[in-house]
Amino acid sequence: MRYNAAGRNRRLTLRPIDYASLAIYFLFVLGIGWLAKRRISSSEDFLTSRHSVPVWITSLAFIAANLGAQEMIGMCASGAKYGIMTAQFYWLGAVPAMLFVGLFMMPFYYGSRARSVPEYLKLRFDEKTRGLNAITFAVMTIFSSGISMYALGLLFELVLGWSFTQSVLLSAAIVLVYTLLGGLTSAIYNEVVQFFLIVLGFAPLSILAVARAGGWDGLKAHLPPVMLHTWKYAAHANQNPMGVDAFVLVAGLGFVLSFGYWCTNFLVVQRAMAADSMAGARQTPLVAAFPKIFMPFVVILPGIAAVALMKMSGGGYQLPMKAGGGANYDLVLTTLMAKFYPSGMLGIGLTALMASFMSGMAGNVTAFNTVFTYDIYQSYIRKHAPDSHYLWVGRVTTVAGVVLSIACAYLATAFNNIMDFLQLVFAFVNAPLFATFLLGMFWKRTTSHGAFWGLLTGLIGGGLTLGLTVAEGKGGWISPAYHFSSAMAQNFWIAIIAWCVCLVVTIAVTLVTKPKPESELHNLVYGVTDIPHEADAPWYKRPGPLAVVVIVVLVIVNLIYW
Amino acid sequence: MNDLRRPTGYLFALLGFILLVYGLLTPEARAPLDAGVNVNLWCGLTMLIFGGVLLWLSYRAKL
Repeated sequence: MRYNAAGRNRRLTLRPIDYASLAIYFLFVLGIGWLAKRRISSSEDFLTSRHSVPVWITSLAFIAANLGAQEMIGMCASGAKYGIMTAQFYWLGAVPAMLFVGLFMMPFYYGSRARSVPEYLKLRFDEKTRGLNAITFAVMTIFSSGISMYALGLLFELVLGWSFTQSVLLSAAIVLVYTLLGGLTSAIYNEVVQFFLIVLGFAPLSILAVARAGGWDGLKAHLPPVMLHTWKYAAHANQNPMGVDAFVLVAGLGFVLSFGYWCTNFLVVQRAMAADSMAGARQTPLVAAFPKIFMPFVVILPGIAAVALMKMSGGGYQLPMKAGGGANYDLVLTTLMAKFYPSGMLGIGLTALMASFMSGMAGNVTAFNTVFTYDIYQSYIRKHAPDSHYLWVGRVTTVAGVVLSIACAYLATAFNNIMDFLQLVFAFVNAPLFATFLLGMFWKRTTSHGAFWGLLTGLIGGGLTLGLTVAEGKGGWISPAYHFSSAMAQNFWIAIIAWCVCLVVTIAVTLVTKPKPESELHNLVYGVTDIPHEADAPWYKRPGPLAVVVIVVLVIVNLIYW
Repeated sequence: MNDLRRPTGYLFALLGFILLVYGLLTPEARAPLDAGVNVNLWCGLTMLIFGGVLLWLSYRAKL
């Protein structure tokens, strides 16, 4: 590991051994795609894995699909910015929702035999509700995938000196080849490998950085207490660095946003729906909750240790700065790698970063092709074609998805502000949807018109809130009527408002429209669906006891880092 | 492909083995803050063991 002179020390220098790890990994993911290809003979094999994947694999894929490169870089950055309160994104903002989807929602998703989340909406409600969800989801997936590709290209340009075009095209080409060969199965199998690689590639960084900072006692000695507690300073927005109070944190992040994401985003739900049985589908998010609880120690802790190292005398680490002043938190992860990993391990660390990017992108692409093929093409463009035609469309859509993502990545380089704006919008798109699902799954009176208008007004309500409020200079494009203490508070409030609007409008419209007859709601709604009990399975395979164990572990980590 | 543990096991065993050998051959390869730890050696060993465990589980299941 050498450093370029004069302030260019954010550059990493790779040796042949580092490239070797990267090359071995690339060959491996392509090989998995090729092996998975042999299983594909129908559109459902390609797009949904036809309920064939063992539960340990779906569980790890369930969290890996969400562990994109932006998540890795962003969580390390937030660790440095906010401290251990960032773990709320996992402990409060993911695990409870994962328990909920496994315990209460999966029986309807899996039992309905829907092939996608929008298709469930079609079965439960009607065509227009499905259409609205399918189109917003398809657009969002492509842009998210493009934005993360853009972020990766920029990062590699900055720290490795690779050309933006080359890294974007190479990584996209590899994802394209393996998703095109093996479809969802190959994406899911690779996500498991990516998960292991992320843990094995980043956990040593966490251990080395914390050890260097003097362990937990060292962190305590060098950091303000506000960075080392999850709840203690959460009561008032002005006491904690996130600028949110406990109500918004719990209602916005812990309820609306996390349930909106983990319970209704097809990207993750698709992984559980690929499981080989109803029991497996329900266990998927529950089993995934265990590694999820411990991920903050791998992805957030290095960022916290980085700040302690900076404050120590002789810590040997400086936070990377932006050209115009202020810390550039997005570079914390890569600068830490430069300080702690020699050539060799550096290659593994970069491979892990590349793996996280690929898992995120493959997740988007495989969700996009399913929703487009079944919920847009088969529903609106060509209804009764032979299955081989849909398999072909699925493959073409995979290519189109990757090409469109690349186009978005380039769009992002030209129109940075639009991308900023879209990310603000995507942050609340799933929020109203959770109200639709909650009512749709647990109240059989809920009508199709109620669901559609609730969803639409919820989205509009969220958009208006964004248009009327400002935080950290963002939003307020209609009129800056209200200022939030932080962008996070703004984001949480928008989600809460969008959710409430959707809930109220759905109930109101439902009460004046005619519900579907009960005979059409079997396996779709609570009360007219047989919930499997699996009383003869061992306790660790039953959802209830598994969830109790998850809750106990969750309470313990929350108490430790109170 | 019926058992993902096998290819995954081979991948990590291979990456771990390369890193371990590299750590043994070039103990002078160091990062600025590694505090005298041979990072390559220990990380390579960990990955090799992880890969080995996956392979062991996979082959054991076949018997």
